[in-house]
Parts: sequence; C-alpha cells; structure tokens
Amino acid sequence: MKYVDEYRDAALVHTLAASIARITTRPWTIMEICGGQTHAIVKFGLDELLPENITLVHGPGCPVCVTSAELIDQAVELAIDHGAILCSFGDMLRVPGNTIDLLTAKARGGDVRIVYSPLDAVAIARENPTKQVVFFAVGFETTAPANGMAVLQAEHTGVVNFSILTSHVLVPPAMRAILGAADNRVQGFLAAGHVCTIMGTAEYGPIAREYDAPIIITGFEPVDILEGIHLCVKQLEEGRAEVKNAYARAVRDEGNLHARRIVEQVFEITDRDWRGIGVIPESGLSVRKTYAAYDANLRFLLKPVSNTGASECISGEIMRGVKKPHDCPAFGKRCQPEHPLGAPMVSSEGACAAYFRYRGGADR
Amino acid sequence: MCLAVPGKVIEIHGDDPLLRSARVSFAGVIKEVSLTCAPEAKPGDYVLVHVGVAISVVDEKEAEETMSYLRQMGELDGLEIPDSGAP
Repeated sequence: MKYVDEYRDAALVHTLAASIARITTRPWTIMEICGGQTHAIVKFGLDELLPENITLVHGPGCPVCVTSAELIDQAVELAIDHGAILCSFGDMLRVPGNTIDLLTAKARGGDVRIVYSPLDAVAIARENPTKQVVFFAVGFETTAPANGMAVLQAEHTGVVNFSILTSHVLVPPAMRAILGAADNRVQGFLAAGHVCTIMGTAEYGPIAREYDAPIIITGFEPVDILEGIHLCVKQLEEGRAEVKNAYARAVRDEGNLHARRIVEQVFEITDRDWRGIGVIPESGLSVRKTYAAYDANLRFLLKPVSNTGASECISGEIMRGVKKPHDCPAFGKRCQPEHPLGAPMVSSEGACAAYFRYRGGADR
Repeated sequence: MCLAVPGKVIEIHGDDPLLRSARVSFAGVIKEVSLTCAPEAKPGDYVLVHVGVAISVVDEKEAEETMSYLRQMGELDGLEIPDSGAP
C-alpha cells in the first residue's frame, strides 16, 4: 500500500537505527505521545533496535485509556436506564467503569453498538427515529472534527434523536502536566502526528522552550518513528529544544483549517479528569451551549457519579512515563486483556495491551 | 484511536460541503469517506482517513523529499552524516 510499505522498509529502518546509535553519547528518555506509536514501537520491536541508553516511555495518547470511569458509568446509564442506542468505538466496550463495562451492559439487554465512525451513529439515528441514539465521543484532537461533524450533520439533516456523550481530551495540556511533574523523566517528545494534522504545530513551540524539551512531530510507521527518534536525539545531544516536523506529508504548520473550524464551532475548552492521572485544567472539549440539544449530558440530565478511586491499576504512572507495564505487579497476572484492571490493558492503543500481546505477557 | 490510513480517491459525489463524500480505495477495499475536511481532494489523490473522515490530502512532494533524504542517508551510511536539516 502506497505511503505504508515504503515506510516499513527494513534497510531504511536499519540505517536509521545505526544513525541513532552513532550520534548517541549519553542516556536519554523520550516519550512517544500516541498509543498508535506505542503499538508500532512494540510490534515492530523498534525499541530493541535502539542503543541501550535510549529509553522510550509511553505517553497518555490513548483516549480510551484516559476516559474516566465516571463517563463509562454514564454511558452504561444511557444504555440501561434511558434505553438509548449507545454507539461506541469497539475499544471502549471492555473498559471497566466503577460498576460494569459496556459489554456487560449489552449482555444485560442494553442496545450497545460498535460503530466505525460517528457519522455511522447519525445514520443509525436516522434509521431509528423513535429511539434516542447517543455516540460515546471519545478522542483526541484527531477525532474531534469527525465528532463535531456528526453534530453538524444531524442538525443539518434534521436528525433530532442524536446526541453525543463527550470525553474529548487535548494533547498539549497533558504534555505540560507530564513535563511539570516533580518525578518527570521525559527529556524529549515524539508528538502525535495526526493530532498535528488537525491542529498544526504552533502549540508546541512554547512547550519546547518553557521545558527545554525537543518536540518532533512524528508519524506512525517504523521509518517515521525512527526518524522522529533520530531528530530528537540529535537535538538532545546538541543541547537544542526545538519543534521539528518529521511528518510533513501529513502535517502543515497551520493544521487543517476546515477541521479546526468545525471543532471551534461545536466544542469549547473545559477541564477534564484523565483516568489514572487526575484533573488537568483546560485539557478537554465539551459541547458548546449553542449545540446543547446534541449534548447527551444535558438531554438526559445524567447523574454525576462519584469517583471511587480505589484501583490497583498504575495506569497513571505508566502514561506519565514514570513506570513501564512490566513494573506493575498485576501485569499479566491479575490484569489481562480478558479481565483487565485498567484501560491500558484493553485498548488496542494501550501500552499494557501492546506489551502483553507482543512481549509475552506474564512470561517476562 | 488516532489511527489514520492512506487511501486513493476513486470518485467524488455530492455538492453540500457537510455531506460531500468520496469512494476511497484502501489497497482494493473500497469505503465511503467524508470530504468535508479535505474539500481540495481530487480523484487520484491519496487522503488520510480517520473514523470515516478524510483529514488530509497526502502531500506527494513532501513525501518524495523525505524519502529521498532518507535514502540519501542510507547511501551515506558508514560515512559521516551531513547536517542536512530535517525534512
């Protein structure tokens, strides 16, 4: 497939790994933000090609992982108590809430459906005019335009039985929270390529300068990721901290203005509780008042649910790069994809799921 | 979740900017994709598709430049790597 195969070229991968080894003289810790990058790194064994003194830690860029248990409880409430057709990306179904997960809600008779796109949920609403249809709108900046577009399409085509339960999160505030923490060990970032496809690169300059950390906008294939690491190590070795775009085929400096306009029209910035990490100010999106009719929280007057907080899961430390999945005593034992203690073991982008699948689970 | 896959635009339909879409081929698998966020896409272009929405037209020129820079690096492997500035 064009724009995929050539970025998996083994010769290029080894050239880049050799270049990284050649320029590395000191130990460095680099975080890839996006869970998609984490999976590529672990799946292709890219970390094992790097010199020993380069440590990759895995960031919070897994929307399913950071969606709070309380929001899952609200999704369950919509499916069970309100009889809504609850549409969700498939990854979300097995993530534990404070009580049950959405798969259990489905088993108990809730109409929970997996969709590929929020626009599919609008189509389901159109086909089921007597039912309320709610889309569980999780995601980072990459997904916000699609979710906003679902609201605009519903309004535009007169679909009145559609709404969204929003759990949108933003990358730059999370990077600040990670870099600003007392126990931070991250020295450079691979920024999430597709987030930047939407939002552009302007937000990262101030972060790089303020925290003296190079930020490389990076794609998702092995060659992309190694090139991102190469440019990051180069800057670290030379004592520079700049923003560099290593994913220029998909990222313009200004981002995607059509997409940004939709996000701006439908959503506004809000504080957000990141599962395992806590509340980060101004780190999420909620539906603007002008589109309140499409906000499931207001339409159904959902219960505010209290956070029980008691969990053995160390996802917060993993997603801040302080620990790795194998550091968790429950990893591969009490916590497995079939019966997870936390979201990173469930999501196809979760760091724990990647280690379990590609690094022998409990055996290591 | 932020997964976006490149596919080739086959044909475009609709005029309404909010409902305009394209048939896109992903190595032969055809899907209907919204073009609301990539109205400039033309048949033959590659678009990056995320949850049914084209979020970008792949910039062929930038892709070629990156590849040629990386290949050059491969050819120079073993020699001193020049500071070519990043792609």
